[in-house]
Amino acid sequence: MSDSDVAGHAGTRGRMAGAFEPSPEMGPTPPSQISGHFSDDNPEMVQFVDADGNRLATNETNAPYAQIVEDMTSEDARTIYRDLVLVRRIDAEGFALQRQGELGLWPSLFGQEAAQVGAGRALRAQDYAFPGYREHGVAWCRGVDPVSLFGMFRGVNHGGWDSNENNFHLYTIVIGNQMLHAVGYGMGIAADGDMGTGDPERDAAVMAFTGDGGTSQGDFNEALVFAAVTNAPVVFFVQNNQWAISEPNDKQFIIPPYQRARGFGFPGVLVDGNDPLASYAVAKDALDKARSGQGPTLIEAYTYRMGAHTTSDDPTKYRSDAEVEIWKHKDPIKRMRGFMQERGHADPEFFAAVDAEADEVAARIRKACQEMPDPELPTMFDNQYTEPHPLVEAEREEFLAYHAGFAEEGGQA
Amino acid sequence: MSGTRLSLAKGLNAGLRKAMDKDPKVVLMGEDVGKLGGVFRITEGLQKDFGDHRVIDTPLAESGIVGTAVGLALRGYRPVVEIQFDGFVYPAFDQIVSQVAKMHARSLGHLKMPMVIRIPCGGGIGAVEHHSESNEAYFAHTAGLRVVSCSNAADAYWMIQQAIETDDPVVFFEPKRRYHERGETEIDEGGSPDLGLYDARVAKEGSDLTLLCYGPMVKTCLQAAAAAQEEGRNLEVIDLRSLSPLDLPTITSSVKKTGRAVIVHEAQTFVSLGAEIAARVQEECFYHLEAPVLRVGGYNIPYPPSRFEEEYLPTLDRVLDAVDRSFAH
Repeated sequence: MSDSDVAGHAGTRGRMAGAFEPSPEMGPTPPSQISGHFSDDNPEMVQFVDADGNRLATNETNAPYAQIVEDMTSEDARTIYRDLVLVRRIDAEGFALQRQGELGLWPSLFGQEAAQVGAGRALRAQDYAFPGYREHGVAWCRGVDPVSLFGMFRGVNHGGWDSNENNFHLYTIVIGNQMLHAVGYGMGIAADGDMGTGDPERDAAVMAFTGDGGTSQGDFNEALVFAAVTNAPVVFFVQNNQWAISEPNDKQFIIPPYQRARGFGFPGVLVDGNDPLASYAVAKDALDKARSGQGPTLIEAYTYRMGAHTTSDDPTKYRSDAEVEIWKHKDPIKRMRGFMQERGHADPEFFAAVDAEADEVAARIRKACQEMPDPELPTMFDNQYTEPHPLVEAEREEFLAYHAGFAEEGGQA
Repeated sequence: MSGTRLSLAKGLNAGLRKAMDKDPKVVLMGEDVGKLGGVFRITEGLQKDFGDHRVIDTPLAESGIVGTAVGLALRGYRPVVEIQFDGFVYPAFDQIVSQVAKMHARSLGHLKMPMVIRIPCGGGIGAVEHHSESNEAYFAHTAGLRVVSCSNAADAYWMIQQAIETDDPVVFFEPKRRYHERGETEIDEGGSPDLGLYDARVAKEGSDLTLLCYGPMVKTCLQAAAAAQEEGRNLEVIDLRSLSPLDLPTITSSVKKTGRAVIVHEAQTFVSLGAEIAARVQEECFYHLEAPVLRVGGYNIPYPPSRFEEEYLPTLDRVLDAVDRSFAH
């Protein structure tokens, strides 16, 4: 490491150390004064559109990905826009259903739509995604019915979809566990020879999702070690939404995640996670490399959690409204729409139709959630093992006999 | 190769080899399992014969080993993971308890975890700290796992193959102090196992008292039974083999016959397999019992420095002392 590198890190620390003190008298706060926002004007961050969706000039940082953006068709752009609008609407329904008592909990993705849709649309059918528990946007892109996401938050199951149907693993709640699963799956892809053949229908990769807090976990760091030494076809997609519940970035790391990748032996890329085009292009490039046998990449998608950690959280305890206001101006949907209008990718009817479709999807999933039946009680004992297990079977019988006893008493009374 | 006498270590090696021959999806993973053959040489020669894609020397990180094995299992492989020593499994405990054990149920049966986690266990080899533990109760307590322990070469040979064949995750405890003892059981490699993986074995029939044991303590209990025979007491010895599930029919029919039970294991007695078995036996055999169910195990302290271990671990004399106490009732 050169002296200038050291100086650079020191400079980063210095800025992060200037912790943001919320105050009711404050007006909007310049980004540079906000805790953890050291990447806002980072020249290493890949961006393609500004806050209004105007195409930014191609520069040294985004040049490697520019062709991907330029190759996008109007249909590609419309697909991404529709995804952004629908997943935000699905997420809002999840929040509302929790507030109305239909769900026990909802972790909102509000603000992270571009990062998730960009990553999700870069995946091919044969790729596999390993989510945390906030990846509703990726789930949508993989074709998972949003209603099946509700099951675990309603308490009727721990994961209501067959992950092999859409190559989208079950949500993983223990932070970081899934990073290792992704690497092992990628090791399996490599062992199967489904990497580096040049056949676009065959070569596969894995994408592992976590957040800024997740990068502190041992499993995350072990996953990077295993991926590096096995050259597994894995893309680590870190959504740095700035907040691990109440803890900002400077409680998690001194060196930002994208810079840490190099120390493990593979590239790290910082992307504006509120820029759908940049998120898509960077994810596509990394997945292409992984599938072709060029090894893992870590993508840090720099974004913001607009809502609370979950419906149980109260962010007013630890962050300011002013900070949230700043990020409203970087809204992914606004940026995508501006870009599409600038390029003539869609007419007003398209945007109206997407809004109407969002209303329909919302109504459908709301109704399906409200009508989701409670599970039949004896199924509590199902699927504990693949083969009969005497203790489970005995307890199932005890349980049934116990309940049958009440029925008999009722009958005699 | 009928009628070979192998050590327990060689029995495991032969069993792993046979499983790998039978199913190309079986992969071995762990620290030093390749060229070295593992620190106990259980995987000796296997990387040479099957290649480094099937016998994988992993980074030195136990959570990473088990966590990537989960991913391989999801991809259709049948990973057999070696944890180098009992006391090193704890970094992987989160993956085992939170993911391996729960995956089948939380996926509503869509996903399977056909994984074997091999753990050399127990003391008696004069090792340094963290190399002599008996932590089977943590895993037996965890629903979703199956936990077994072999005590001799023939069982090692068959049980490791049976464990690999099952679609449930199996934690496989191997009594490290018995690894390299001269084999006493003949293995007919062309034959088939005489018991299911979850069946207990009546290792010695008897009528007066039931010794319940597993893993390294089976040999100790058989020796205790031989010594008791000289005093005119005919003890039955049951090798549990499976710790989760327990083969309760075999256990309870023996205790109903003898009226007395002593449970012997190296692990600490507090909240142990012995505690669970004692509870089950008193529930099922209450009117047959002539004496309280007794336990002989490690004292309820962390495993001591090895100069203490001869006194810490259950010995033939401590087993016989418990037998005497049972008969005093």
